[in-house]
Amino acid sequence: MTNVLEVRNLSKSFGGVQAVKDVHFDLKEGEFLALIGPNGAGKTTCFNMLNGYLKPNAGSVSLRGQALIGHPPRKIWRMGVGRTFQITATFLSMTVVENVQMALISHHRRVYDLFSRATRLYVDEAMALLELVSMQDQAGRACSELAYGDLKRLELAIALAHEPALLLMDEPTAGMAPSERLALMALTAEIVAKGGVSVVFTEHDMDVVFAHAHRILVLNRGELIAEGTGSEIRTNPLVQEVYLGGGSVFEAESAHA
Amino acid sequence: MGFYFAQLLTGLANASSLFLIASGLSIIFGVTRIVNFAHGSFYMVGAYIAYTLVSLWSGSIFGFWVSVLLAAMVVGMIGLVIELTILRRIYHAPELFQLVATFGVVLIFQDATLAIWGAEDLLGPRAPGLNSAVRIMGEPIPEYDLALIAIGPVVLLAIWLLFHKTRWGVLVRAATQDREMVGALGVNQAWLFSAAFVLGSFLAGLGGALQIPREAVSLQMDLSIIGEAFVVVVIGGMGSVSGAFVAAVLISVLNAFAILIFPQISIVLPFVIMAIVLIFRPHGLFGKPGSEKGAPEEPDQPLALMDQKSAMVLMAALLVLAISPVFTADFTTVLMVDVMVATLFAVSLHFMMGVGGMVSFGHAAYFGVGAYGAAMAVKFLGFGMIPAMIFGPVCAVLAALFFGWFCVRLSGVYLAMLTLAAAQILWGVTFQWQEFTGGDDGILGVWPAKWASADKVYFYIAFVFCIGGIWALRRAAFSPFGYILRGIRDSQTRAEAIGIDTRFHQWMGFVLAGGFAGLAGVVFAFSKGSVFPDTLGIALSIDGLIMVLLGGIHALAGPILGAGAFVLIEDWVTRLDYWRFIFGAIILIVVLLAPDGIAGGIQRLLRGLKGGRA
Repeated sequence: MTNVLEVRNLSKSFGGVQAVKDVHFDLKEGEFLALIGPNGAGKTTCFNMLNGYLKPNAGSVSLRGQALIGHPPRKIWRMGVGRTFQITATFLSMTVVENVQMALISHHRRVYDLFSRATRLYVDEAMALLELVSMQDQAGRACSELAYGDLKRLELAIALAHEPALLLMDEPTAGMAPSERLALMALTAEIVAKGGVSVVFTEHDMDVVFAHAHRILVLNRGELIAEGTGSEIRTNPLVQEVYLGGGSVFEAESAHA
Repeated sequence: MGFYFAQLLTGLANASSLFLIASGLSIIFGVTRIVNFAHGSFYMVGAYIAYTLVSLWSGSIFGFWVSVLLAAMVVGMIGLVIELTILRRIYHAPELFQLVATFGVVLIFQDATLAIWGAEDLLGPRAPGLNSAVRIMGEPIPEYDLALIAIGPVVLLAIWLLFHKTRWGVLVRAATQDREMVGALGVNQAWLFSAAFVLGSFLAGLGGALQIPREAVSLQMDLSIIGEAFVVVVIGGMGSVSGAFVAAVLISVLNAFAILIFPQISIVLPFVIMAIVLIFRPHGLFGKPGSEKGAPEEPDQPLALMDQKSAMVLMAALLVLAISPVFTADFTTVLMVDVMVATLFAVSLHFMMGVGGMVSFGHAAYFGVGAYGAAMAVKFLGFGMIPAMIFGPVCAVLAALFFGWFCVRLSGVYLAMLTLAAAQILWGVTFQWQEFTGGDDGILGVWPAKWASADKVYFYIAFVFCIGGIWALRRAAFSPFGYILRGIRDSQTRAEAIGIDTRFHQWMGFVLAGGFAGLAGVVFAFSKGSVFPDTLGIALSIDGLIMVLLGGIHALAGPILGAGAFVLIEDWVTRLDYWRFIFGAIILIVVLLAPDGIAGGIQRLLRGLKGGRA
């Protein structure tokens, strides 16, 4: 399988703090990859370099052969990278379907159109995307009335509007109830399984990670310390040491499994 | 050398007065997030009260200073009354709505002062004990100036001690940084707001009272100081008292020297300095990001097209307007042109503020540039009416392209202040550049073409341009461009994440709003036959703000209702004595009855009626 994303020697320091150091990984087509690590490990910094909010000190990122580094976030979006936010960001003064339509309008480069009616554009495409995340029944509701879990699903629909090759999800399940978490990630896994998009996500909830991720990368103090499948990561002594300070959670989980 | 030193001292003395009023404004903004236009009125009233008291105790040194302090305290109490009776009721109204209320207070104070103290300028006595001049390096320096130079830093120190050594002061600083957090910690916000308002008013009153020995007390004091006070607050950073001090010194001293080289510059210099500071430091010298934002707002409801019933009502209203010249007198026709011009102006401002989330305190700039562009095209280029009417908005678009490029780099109140600076700079240029713009005398003879010179014919020209403009802006609000603009207002992060060039988009929104304001200006110029610098002035910009906010910023119909009500009420009350008082009172009543604006008020009323029937 071909690589969608190739990250090479990515490094970033803030003042004297080396937040990310020589991070190096590939993402295969159709892969669902988790990036985990304790707080302050450099996950968000990594993400922000991938999507253009931060400029790395060194290293390269290429998406299907195109270099991403140095482009502003909106350009990176156009190259085929979608994203969802840790704290949801949606257009609260619009309805659910209008939110998706905005992404479609931008994708079809109609943002400077002064004469059409925005709400009549790309309705079918928007509804199809909402159906994908099972939000079609709420299409006409004001976005400001949505429950948090629904906002997250809406963000997912928005992020898929331009048929991205890569989807970056920064702590997609933060602030959600446990049952909702698994449901959202199951939904994401389903979308990945349908093909066309590969996903990198960061996550604190290990249930979510082990249940769905095809492969896991572990960051600690800015460095990749391990990578592998769920069971490989569970039994990796280095991960157990630095990630949980030698705790026994992983072993307990292995015992369950 | 001595001369320059004397100039420096004059500058510093001016800085002290300016600091007193600006510090109060900054404290009020910092804590309550109210842009207090009435602050100039507090300053003026402080001066008048001090004048009366000083005259009673004439000659005694003790009496003078007691009078000054007493006057400031009375103003503090007036501030308390206003806070308790008006502002407290509307803290939860949309952002900046309180500004409308403070503007109503300005109008009421103007006429109240006129009624109590009369229209003539009052010249107060010199300060006893400080009424002569000392020679420093050969130049005579008024002793009172030296006293003022000392008073500024003393007050700064007093405020600093208050803010750093008392519990109350710590709370004020905390509220300036994060109001919600302070509320969450169980601090009684109502009490904190009142106290901040009293302190701010007290300082404004003190600033006014201390002016007695320096300048005549007049009814123009309020608006002459407020612009400069805002500039000082913004340069220093909203909510920063020491920033206000530095800014006051910077402006006053630079001004004292600049007038030696280029006397005309003094009216625009503060605004030029503010513009430069904001371009390099978007939150002022000592301001922090976040100190510009008020309480989080309820999000707008999604836009909806008009239902059939409303559309029919609107069409009927338009039809009545269209045939009105047939059955009304000429002066009504002219008044209707004024209403249409004001409505287009307000709708263009609303496109920027309501749709785009970019508040402008200087939208009249583009109205005025449009009007002047057309007038100068007629006068210097020999354009006919229709070509000039196209040329004007083009000029406004160019001006908006230039100033907008800087403005969209900022947000919130800072953006608003930069638009104000742009307008003041344009106004200053127009005012001073006598040979080209006619200066204060304006440009006369901007009449419509012969075929259009009858009032009733011109009405239809205005109808086509204004109603056409309003329709186009409404259409734009519903277009992808307008929706995305609203999206950027809602969440810049999300807009950026769906590939929008947010800054460029806002810039284009700014330009579009400016162009249509210019169109309103052009229609205005030909209806009056002349243009004057006040078409770019602060007063007109404020009128526009009042129309939009009073009408209801959250509804597309808001500016239309607001502008209509504003022009018609103004036309009616200006025929009365003490019309400002009445107008101010009407504004306050509307503000208190409908904190969501006229549009919101009507909606609630309709819903109430329907509920009653059911």
